[in-house]
Amino acid sequence: MKKNETMVGDDKRDAMNSKSRDGTVIRVTGPVVEAEGMAGSRMYESVRVGKAGLIGEIIILEGDRATIQVYEETTGLVPGEPVIRTYLPLSVELGPGLVGTMYDGIQRPLEEILRRTGDMIERGSSAPALDRTKKYRFYPLAKEGDEVHEGDRLGCVRESVSVNHFIMVPPGMSGTLMSLAKKGEYVVTDTIAVIMSGSEKTPITMIQRWPVRSPRPVRERLDPVEPLITGQRIIDTLFPLARGGTAAIPGPFGSGKTVVQQQLAKWVNADIIIYIGCGERGNEMADVLEQFPTLKDPRTGHALSSRMVLIANTSNMPVAAREASVYTGITLAEYYRDMGYHVALMADSTSRWAEAMREISGRLEEMPGEEGYPAYLSSRLADFYERAGRVSLLGSGGHEGSISVIGAVSPPGGDFSEPVTQNTLRIVKVFWALDADLAYQRHFPAINWLMSYSLYGNMAGQWWEEHVGPDFIRMIQEMMEILQRENELEEIIRLVGPETLPESDRLLLLKAEIIRESYLMQYAFDEFDTYTGPKKQYRMLKSIFSFFERAERALDSGVTVSNIRTLSLIELFARMGSSSPEEEDELFQAIARDMESMKNLKGAF
Amino acid sequence: MDLSSRVYTGVSKVVGPLIVIEGVEGIGYGEIAEISLPGGETRIGQVLETTTTRALVQVFRGTRDLDTEGTKVRFRGEPMKISLSAEMLGRTFDGSAQPIDGGGPVIPECIRDIYGSPINPSAREHPRNSIETGISSIDGMNTLVRGQKLPIFSGAGLPHNLLASQIARQAKVTGQAEKFAVVFAAMGITYEESAFFIREFEESGALERAVLFLNLADDPAIERIITPRLALTTAEFLAFDKGMHVLVVLTDLTNYCEALREIAAAREEVPGRRGYPGYIYTDLASLYERAGRIRGREGSITQIPILTMPDDDITHPVPDLTGYITEGQIVLSRELHRKGIYPPVDVLPCLSRLMQGGIGEGRTRADHAEVKNQLYSAYARGIRLKSLVAVMGEEGLTPLDKVYLRFCDRYESDFIRQASYEDRSFEDTLNLAWDLLSLLPRSELKRISKEYIDSYYHGVEGGECKGP
Ligand SMILES: Nc1ncnc2c1ncn2[C@@H]1O[C@H](COP(=O)(O)OP(=O)(O)OP(=O)(O)O)[C@@H](O)[C@H]1O
Ligand SMILES: [Mg+2]
Repeated sequence: MKKNETMVGDDKRDAMNSKSRDGTVIRVTGPVVEAEGMAGSRMYESVRVGKAGLIGEIIILEGDRATIQVYEETTGLVPGEPVIRTYLPLSVELGPGLVGTMYDGIQRPLEEILRRTGDMIERGSSAPALDRTKKYRFYPLAKEGDEVHEGDRLGCVRESVSVNHFIMVPPGMSGTLMSLAKKGEYVVTDTIAVIMSGSEKTPITMIQRWPVRSPRPVRERLDPVEPLITGQRIIDTLFPLARGGTAAIPGPFGSGKTVVQQQLAKWVNADIIIYIGCGERGNEMADVLEQFPTLKDPRTGHALSSRMVLIANTSNMPVAAREASVYTGITLAEYYRDMGYHVALMADSTSRWAEAMREISGRLEEMPGEEGYPAYLSSRLADFYERAGRVSLLGSGGHEGSISVIGAVSPPGGDFSEPVTQNTLRIVKVFWALDADLAYQRHFPAINWLMSYSLYGNMAGQWWEEHVGPDFIRMIQEMMEILQRENELEEIIRLVGPETLPESDRLLLLKAEIIRESYLMQYAFDEFDTYTGPKKQYRMLKSIFSFFERAERALDSGVTVSNIRTLSLIELFARMGSSSPEEEDELFQAIARDMESMKNLKGAF
Repeated sequence: MDLSSRVYTGVSKVVGPLIVIEGVEGIGYGEIAEISLPGGETRIGQVLETTTTRALVQVFRGTRDLDTEGTKVRFRGEPMKISLSAEMLGRTFDGSAQPIDGGGPVIPECIRDIYGSPINPSAREHPRNSIETGISSIDGMNTLVRGQKLPIFSGAGLPHNLLASQIARQAKVTGQAEKFAVVFAAMGITYEESAFFIREFEESGALERAVLFLNLADDPAIERIITPRLALTTAEFLAFDKGMHVLVVLTDLTNYCEALREIAAAREEVPGRRGYPGYIYTDLASLYERAGRIRGREGSITQIPILTMPDDDITHPVPDLTGYITEGQIVLSRELHRKGIYPPVDVLPCLSRLMQGGIGEGRTRADHAEVKNQLYSAYARGIRLKSLVAVMGEEGLTPLDKVYLRFCDRYESDFIRQASYEDRSFEDTLNLAWDLLSLLPRSELKRISKEYIDSYYHGVEGGECKGP
């Protein structure tokens, strides 16, 4: 067994204290510390810095000198103070107790830290990531004497009302199962199995540790085959995301990145949600913490928080821990994927992560690339999004899992030509471009339909036709054509005014208006508008498009567009989204009745 | 610790606001240095970088008259701190917290690090109590909430000070008489501007409940880095130790960022956008994130930072990064100001992210959210039409378009415009909104539920543009 492998959290700090020092601090500048006497240390090894035992990570090695990024505030740190090695890379603890918890960027449980050190996060605070005292009921899923391999399920505990947590053979391990715990109550540090490999016996607890910067292994990567349903109309119909896909949502401040991310967290049909607040607002995290436990997940009927892990490293928390938060989050996502779950991860905002890299890189006086970002920006972004995907898993069950990643991007001045947006767009398959003008008009979600795209459109279209209803692909194509044509007409109006347009163009403008205001616009804070399931989306589309057909016929028979505009159905369309399931039938019937009455419209009165 | 061993004579290098002291030992990162000039004056500095033998110190009141030989530097062994007491209410200090009102020094109830520690996100309470500022463009469209940070984005010569003082004077939480205080931090504003605020506070009786920190235009620029932190540490003390609702006005953040840029330039750091250092987002966040509420504690900190946008450019790094951190923004418009409209609030780019939780039934009024959305969409349409009309005149417009134009004008002249002493209740503001919405045909009110239209709409059924 490797040194220190099973010592975690507090236990480790105690063990560290018994040792006085490996190296010595020789320079401090903000979150970057240099130490000497570090010969033999490894790159990305986790270390404890100074008398306060601040958590840090080695990011440069040169001779016996190490440069360390420190995850806590370094004020008061004095050259000459000790540095202690841990012999482990920066890692997270994986096991029961993750869901429902809020962690900082290096997986310190914030509620527990609050209990221990009060309302403000003090330097050197620590607590084990997983509760050592909580008992879980363990159900064995293998038997003694079995040959087991990495990824095999040894047992299962009920982590929360919504999550069955499988205890798996850790990656890289296989052998004979010498013993396995019986059904019963255990804490996470209890040995629940012993695996014999060659002549070596390895005890297995419910905790795995995994270095955050390394992807967890899988058997095979697969192509996405179905859309991730979000209940957000513009996303599901026009710019769909796939289960196991990647999306970026860039936009200037206040354009709705966070609201979209939170909407997805609430509504996507994934089993596990990992929400990373990376360098954003404390009040937003408080909002999520207050809201999500009261939100019923439509599929399980249980609180959403029972299947979600929150990572909160707000803008005022140490910048190096912000850099780590994204890795911590994706590692947790991989762990649940490895259990065969569909995981959705939201990172708000990846720009703050990139800026953390830039800040550290600047302190290292590295050669800056574009806009001061380090040259490795694009490879770091790619490595992160590469950890998304649909995969077939290690282990004998033949299981599948997926991670869908949605990253917010916050471009300076809302200018998408900047390096983080551009490098992200080279990787992700879906682009939801947020538009300040739409946000100013309070057209939400402010996703610009002319700029956005999804490379999963074909796959999703087929899925809709198979699972929801025919004609979907045609309607979507027509919808995009109408919106594009509207844009052209607007140019013309800007030159000659609306009065000169022919009736056919006026009808097109009416169609576009209905699409925009009654379908694409969706108010997140309305009880019913907040989520529209595929069936209702389809029903809305059908109803809108059959109106379009009748309107064209009416126009042919000499009815004017201003006549059509007097129909009450135009107002009714605007209420489709916010209608409750009870009102819904009645509303669609009223619309249908009104459409019937169009026959009676006569040419100009 | 032997303090004499921490006194060094002679500095080896002076660059801009920075000094380098060689041959030191055991200097902590971020600790405070007292720099004694040959002439006897003492200035305060802070360690920006430390090695086993060398310390880099930024000097808050500048390096003028410093010499490399006679200057003495004493390291205090602790970070910058401030003495705090409830007796500070009614007092005025300079940008380094020295009294300048002739009163004696503060007798501390406690002494705190001015950089503070981040609030644990799980300790935060999501702010939900709306503040009635009496200003329709804020209350109706972008409601301010206790514990929010809502900056004013302004431009040179616009009446941001008048607006900020009107907010400070009129702000109230309906039905509650609670302990409140104002903390005011000036960074590089003119004597005249600061005198304006003091007079306003005096007239409204807020001065005795205010703590003022003044770094004026002719005070040292680098001091502006600590002034807001002194103010915020004081605010945290009043809010979370004394249970007060504290309104913090910080002005002007653009000057603050200039000071950061100056330090970065002296350190020869790699500059980010427009010469501002790459860590400016993190730095600003360390100020703005000190607003909020804490579970189980009485008080709150509401921040109104003011900044002037260079060239009225909202994409300039200072407003841009601020907008990315704060919970919305109030944007002032030169165009409305030219039209003589006070307050010249450009509502379209304005935002209050915490509005949603602070309005509605039992808080303001049930129809508030929908009314706001409808006003936004109608006003945005009116503005769009205005730019059309500017090119081709009104002839080409449809009758409905013309109604929207009228709405747009009335919205600016009746709703946005108000007197600097006019205090409208939420009820007044919302009723006014319905007067305006009633100019539109009922069928245009697509963002409002039928029940509210039935109770509040009082226009002509088909609006003013019935028929072709
Ligand atoms: N779908 C929506 N429905 C209703 N309101 C919305 C919606 N999306 C955004 N908004 C409004 O826009 C505001 C700003 O949205 P949000 O906080 O998500 O912006 P952001 O892009 O994350 O900004 P920042 O980059 O500064 O964090 C919200 O507070 C809300 O009022
Ligand atoms: Mg956001």
